[in-house]
Amino acid sequence: MTAQQQAPLLETLGLSREFGHGQNAVRAVEEVSFSVQPGEIVAIVGESGSGKTTLARLLLRLLDPTSGRILLHGQDVTALHSNRELREYWRKVQAVFQDPYAAFNPFYTNRRVLANALNVLGEKMADGEKLPRIKQALREVGLDAGEVLEKWPHQLSGGQVQRVMIARALVVGPELLIADEPTSMLDASLRVTILNLLKDLRERHAMSILFITHDLGQAYYVSDRILVMCHGRLVEQGPVEEVLGNPQHEYTKRLMADVPLLRGRSEWAAAYGSTAPEA
Amino acid sequence: MRIKNVRAYYAAAPDPDVKAVDDVSLEIHEGEVLGIAGESGCGKSTLAAVISLTAAPPLYVKGGELALDGEVLPLSGQVRPPAHWHGKKVALLPQRALNSLNPTARVRDFVVDVVRAHEPAMSPREARERARHRLEQLSLPPRVLDSYPHQLSGGMRQRVVAVVSTLLDPNLLIADEPTSALDVSSQKQLVLLLKLLLERGFIKRIAFITHDLPMLSNIADRIAVMYAGKLVEVGSTSQIVGSPRHPYTQALISSTLDPDPRVRRCRLEGIQGAPPDLRCPPNGCRFHPRCPSALPICTEQEPPSVGTGDCSAACWCLQEPNREAIR
Repeated sequence: MTAQQQAPLLETLGLSREFGHGQNAVRAVEEVSFSVQPGEIVAIVGESGSGKTTLARLLLRLLDPTSGRILLHGQDVTALHSNRELREYWRKVQAVFQDPYAAFNPFYTNRRVLANALNVLGEKMADGEKLPRIKQALREVGLDAGEVLEKWPHQLSGGQVQRVMIARALVVGPELLIADEPTSMLDASLRVTILNLLKDLRERHAMSILFITHDLGQAYYVSDRILVMCHGRLVEQGPVEEVLGNPQHEYTKRLMADVPLLRGRSEWAAAYGSTAPEA
Repeated sequence: MRIKNVRAYYAAAPDPDVKAVDDVSLEIHEGEVLGIAGESGCGKSTLAAVISLTAAPPLYVKGGELALDGEVLPLSGQVRPPAHWHGKKVALLPQRALNSLNPTARVRDFVVDVVRAHEPAMSPREARERARHRLEQLSLPPRVLDSYPHQLSGGMRQRVVAVVSTLLDPNLLIADEPTSALDVSSQKQLVLLLKLLLERGFIKRIAFITHDLPMLSNIADRIAVMYAGKLVEVGSTSQIVGSPRHPYTQALISSTLDPDPRVRRCRLEGIQGAPPDLRCPPNGCRFHPRCPSALPICTEQEPPSVGTGDCSAACWCLQEPNREAIR
C-alpha cells in the first residue's frame, strides 16, 4: 500500500481491557497499539481466546477499555459516551458479526432491519428516502432487493443473511468496517464470495476493513497487513507476505506450521523454514 | 466394511420427506481413513448417524445395509441393531464431542459408566485401569482421568473423548466434524491422535467427516465427496486434490484458501447459487442448477457413476460420448 504516509484512519495506543478483579483478573487485551490506514485491509489473527473479539468490541465502543486510547482521524473517541456522540462514531465505524442469525432479530423482516440501521444517521429519515439507500446497499452485496426485503432471516441461506448483514453496515456509508469472523459460519464455497465482496468494497469505496479471523488462509487471501494476537498481546505485525512468509515470533511460526494445507507446502514456505512434517 | 444403497430420510409431514442421504454406497478398507466431504446440508452428518446406528426420529432409514467383519446388518427402520455392535464394532466421535463429557463427574467415573454400559461384566477398577493404560500407550497424561472436564482445555477434552470412544476397540470409528470447534494447533494434535489409534490397531478404520478439505487432505487416504445427499465422487486423496473429475469437486477444491502466494495472486471464485431443497431435489443430476458445464441430459437423468468402487465419479460429462462432444 502507498497509504503509509497518510494520516491513519484509526489508531489505538496501549489499549487494554481487564475482566474481573484482583487475582481473578483476566487481561483479555493488553497494550495493543496499531493503526489502520484509509483503504487498507488489516487482518487480526489468533487462536480462540486470544482476545480478538474483545478487541473488536473495544474498537466498536461496545465495551470500555481499562486503559489506552482509540483515535479516529486523530480524535480521541475513547471518552465518547452519550448516545449522540456514539451514533456519530458508528456512522463511520460499522461491524459485521460472526453469526448472522444471532445478530438479527428473528421477528423483523430484512426491510425493517435495514431501515433501523439508518436511524444511526440521527436525522429522521422518511421511508421514501430510506428505500433507495437500502436498495443501493443490497445491490452492492449482490442481492436482489425484491427477493430479500420482505423476507425474514430464517428464510434466507447463511450466505445471504451474511450479505444482508454486510448491507446493513454499508447502508450508512462507513469508513471502517470491522468484520469479526464473518465467514466462520459459512461453507468454504461461500466463504470465497464473501471475501471477494470485502475486497471489492475496498476497491469501490476505498473503505478500510479490519478483518478478524482465526484462519490464516483467509487472512492471507484478503488482507494487506496482518496483526498476530496471542494471549491479548500483539506479538507480530506487518505486511502479510512478510509476516506469514517469514514469521519471527514463535507463536506465528507455530500457527503457520499447524495450518493444514490442501496443496501441500510450497517452495516459498519451505524456503523460510516454516515447514512441518505433514500431519 | 461396506455400506450399500443407504437411503435415510427425515420425516417432515405434511411436506415430503427430506431426502438427506439418497442411495449412497461406500467401502472402507482395513487400516484406511476415508474422508467424507461436502457443504453443510449435504447429508454428511446424517450418513454418520446412520452408519453409527444412532439414527433417531424424525430421521428414518429407508433402506440399505451395512457389512462389517463378514456380518451383514440391514439398516432399515424395523430391525434393531444388536447391542454388541454399539461401541464395540462401530463407535461415534460426535461433533462438539468436547461437550459430551459429564460436567459433574471426573473423567474416570465417566469412563466407568461408558465401558460398563457396553460390558457389564467388567469391574470399575478394570475399566479405569484400561483407560489409564490406553492413555499411556497414546502418550497422553493419565492424570486427566482424575480431572473434571472443566479443568481440561477444549483440545484435551476432545482427545479424551476420542480415547474413551475407542476404549472398546471398535472396528470402525466415525468422526463427525471432530475438529470444527478447535483451533488449528489442537486440530493437528487430534488428527495425530486418530492416526496413532489406527497405527496401534486399536481401531481398524476411520470415516472422517468434515467440510474442511485441507484438514482432510492431511489425514485421509481416500476422499468421498457428497452433494445434496448423493455421493458425487470418490477417489484417492491425491487424485481428488490434484485432478478432481466432478465439477462440484473441482469447484470445492478451487475455492479452498491456503496461506500461499499461489492463492493470493489469483482471484478465486466460489460456487454460485445455493444447495437445493432436499424435500424436492432437482431431477437428474442434483448439481445441475449450479453446474458450469451442465448438459441437456443433466436435467433429465441421473448420471451413472464412472469408474471402479474405489475411484469413481457420477457426472454425465465423464461419459465417453459426451466427453467427445465437449472437446
